Amino acid sequence: MAQKVVVDPVTRIEGHLKIEVEIDGGKVVDARTSGTMFRGMELIMQGRDPRDSSQIMQRICGVCPVSHGTAASLALDDAFGIEAPDNGRIIRNLILGSNYIQSHILHFFHLAALDYVKGPDVPPFVPRYQADYRLPDAVNKQAVDNYIKALDMRRKAQEMLAIWGGKMPHQQGIVVGGATEQPDTQKIVEFKWRLAELIDFIDNVYVPTVKAVAEAYSDWFDIGRGCMNLLAYGGMPLEQGKDHVKKEKFFPSGTYIRREYRPFDPSLVAEEVKYSWYKDDTGGKKPTEAVVTPDPKKEGAYSWLKAPRYNGIVMEVGPLARMWIKKVKEVTDLGEKAFSVMGRHFARAIECSLVAHAMDEWVLQLEPGKPVATPYEIPGEAYGMGLTEAPRGALGHWHHIKHQRTAVYNAVVPTTWNASPRDGLNQRGPMEQALIDTPVADPNNPVEPVRVVRSFDPCFGCAIHLMTPDKKTLAEFVID
Amino acid sequence: MPTKLSRREFIRLCAGSAAAISMSPFLAPFMAEAAEAGAPPVIWIQGAGCTGCSISLLNTVHPSIQEVLLKVISLRYHPNVMAAAGDLAIREAMYKVAEENPGKFFLVVEGAVPTGADGLYCTVGEENGEPITFVKLLNDIGSKAKAILSFGTCAAYGGIPATPPNPTDCKPVSEVIKNVPIVNVPGCPPHPDWMVGTIAHIILYGDYPELDEFGRPKMFFSKIIHDNCQRRQYFDNAIFAKNFGDPGCMLELGCKGPIAHCDATTRLWNGGVNWCVKCGGVCIGCTEPQFPGWPIYERMPEMPVGPAMTATVDQLGMILGGAAVLGIGGHLAGNILTGRIGGKKDAKEGEE
Repeated sequence: MAQKVVVDPVTRIEGHLKIEVEIDGGKVVDARTSGTMFRGMELIMQGRDPRDSSQIMQRICGVCPVSHGTAASLALDDAFGIEAPDNGRIIRNLILGSNYIQSHILHFFHLAALDYVKGPDVPPFVPRYQADYRLPDAVNKQAVDNYIKALDMRRKAQEMLAIWGGKMPHQQGIVVGGATEQPDTQKIVEFKWRLAELIDFIDNVYVPTVKAVAEAYSDWFDIGRGCMNLLAYGGMPLEQGKDHVKKEKFFPSGTYIRREYRPFDPSLVAEEVKYSWYKDDTGGKKPTEAVVTPDPKKEGAYSWLKAPRYNGIVMEVGPLARMWIKKVKEVTDLGEKAFSVMGRHFARAIECSLVAHAMDEWVLQLEPGKPVATPYEIPGEAYGMGLTEAPRGALGHWHHIKHQRTAVYNAVVPTTWNASPRDGLNQRGPMEQALIDTPVADPNNPVEPVRVVRSFDPCFGCAIHLMTPDKKTLAEFVID
Repeated sequence: MPTKLSRREFIRLCAGSAAAISMSPFLAPFMAEAAEAGAPPVIWIQGAGCTGCSISLLNTVHPSIQEVLLKVISLRYHPNVMAAAGDLAIREAMYKVAEENPGKFFLVVEGAVPTGADGLYCTVGEENGEPITFVKLLNDIGSKAKAILSFGTCAAYGGIPATPPNPTDCKPVSEVIKNVPIVNVPGCPPHPDWMVGTIAHIILYGDYPELDEFGRPKMFFSKIIHDNCQRRQYFDNAIFAKNFGDPGCMLELGCKGPIAHCDATTRLWNGGVNWCVKCGGVCIGCTEPQFPGWPIYERMPEMPVGPAMTATVDQLGMILGGAAVLGIGGHLAGNILTGRIGGKKDAKEGEE
């Protein structure tokens, strides 16, 4: 006898998520993930000065605003036909990398860990699900202490970011053409000094804590497999060059489909809306032309997320995809066990360490006195594409400018990939696939499904898709 | 009240000296002492927002977030922090707390309130298989609260999601809940000190800090960015940055400092590291009711204010729409005739 279990809201993620799982014989046999908040950020961009996108689009998400600031600025650079000078490129990478550290530490210690670690018996740590908290007392106590320490550490990562970004959340330092802050020795030293403390924490606390949890919960290397197809747009450029896919980047772009590595082709990205609360006339559109109409009462639909697909294939994005496509040995050595709840946590921790050590070198490549931004002129009409990697995975912004104003804006964001609903072929999204076969000991305490969901580090502020209701489109901005 | 800290002293601590980097560490013991009488229950809900206000709160330095969570308030419901999820969270940590403590708990709202499509643009849980919309939750819980703290520009004034064409018909909290005291702490996001300082004031004195006409605590929002900007000298000497990274006043690149009220110029962000204009960015006016109703990277236009007089940038808020801005504009124009804005009063506060 199948039993339906609904968890709404799923807490300790960014944004509004509901999951609905069907349990039969102690296992999940069907799953639906629903994004339950929609703002229509794109409409707000329509008709505005296109440069506003680097600030407005940041507000998609307060956990990873830098990713959107970066993607929006790259799309503007592309549309304006300019490129950031080396200083600007490096500062953008340092701002984004600092936020990776903040976001990854926050995710493991403050969002995910309470599924495995028993917090103190005071709010907000109680009430909690009854579950198999397995850590030995001493390890559990250590983990709680680290939870507290990690609060300070993620704050320091934000301070480090603000050296270049002015403030955080919602930094001001990334703009079209590059960055705003002039590098000097003092800022470089301040940055390195904080980074050293964070590297120490990441390598000696974060990674070991993940390993300790993974050891106690080793069966979670076999739970939450997902679609096993991986996608990375690539991010953090290491050289000049206008061809995003070809130029050298810290995170290379690529795909891993049916156990084969293949290069990434941006033209194969499209989104479907069969099970999303949008009118059906828009399925399978390219991000450059997506125009949709919300339909919150659509029959059969169950999410505000669209279903992005790559050449029709369901793809997982995020640290696991990046580490796998970068062929980082610690992660690839796990073999297919990497495609799991613990595999994702482990890949995220390893990535955090790699980014931190890389920034330690990048910051020394800054050249005080050299320009940080390239001057520009707003074109009358242009298309721009900005691809990067957010802490949660592949992020792309597509920007169409007409009459020096924003005509169409579209973003395809990490959690839209990971938490997407079914598509026209009825293929479940990656998170829905990962939920299948998850054992559930007690349907009244569904801790196992939320462990699977949180391993993806979902962010729904981003995922609920920007859109353009056609009835509100101004005539002059209708796409040719 | 157990505290020996006078309101005046408290506001001085909060408003900080010219080199404030956070609220004074002296404050924490007073707050802990006040909370010993029973840390007030706090329920924190999120509507059409981005979680940025919560992330900003986590950046508080004095008191630290650990102290805030464990010693100052009793945070019963927070979507990002709490252990529970689903029904357990909604039932036990929210509705039950509100029912057991009517008029005794504080409700923090982050994000605007989507009212279009019967509230379906934002649902936050389920009851008997039906979605609970955010607007319903706000009415259910908000009507029982002792006070509502609207943290961030979205909750306070609508902010980004309510910007025309306002696709989901977002409203600020104050247009939905009418019978409960509301304090607005705007900013995109608000500085952690503004949020913690507002909570501290309420806990210590059992009432609300003095508010301006937009419901903002005066202790944080009475100064104008432009008047206290480290780049002000450039403006006075008419040296304007033309490209990002240049020295000079940022006005030509779109700075909204002349119409923006907050103390970021002296408080600084993220533990005193930097702030928006210091890093070479522009002030985007994120604490204002009209944000983001202007082109961010366009220079504010000049306009005449009276016979034989051309306004400096000080009154440029006037044409940026909205009666509220007119209020600011009028106030600024008046100040032009009587001397520098807030000149004497603000200078005194700054000398503390």
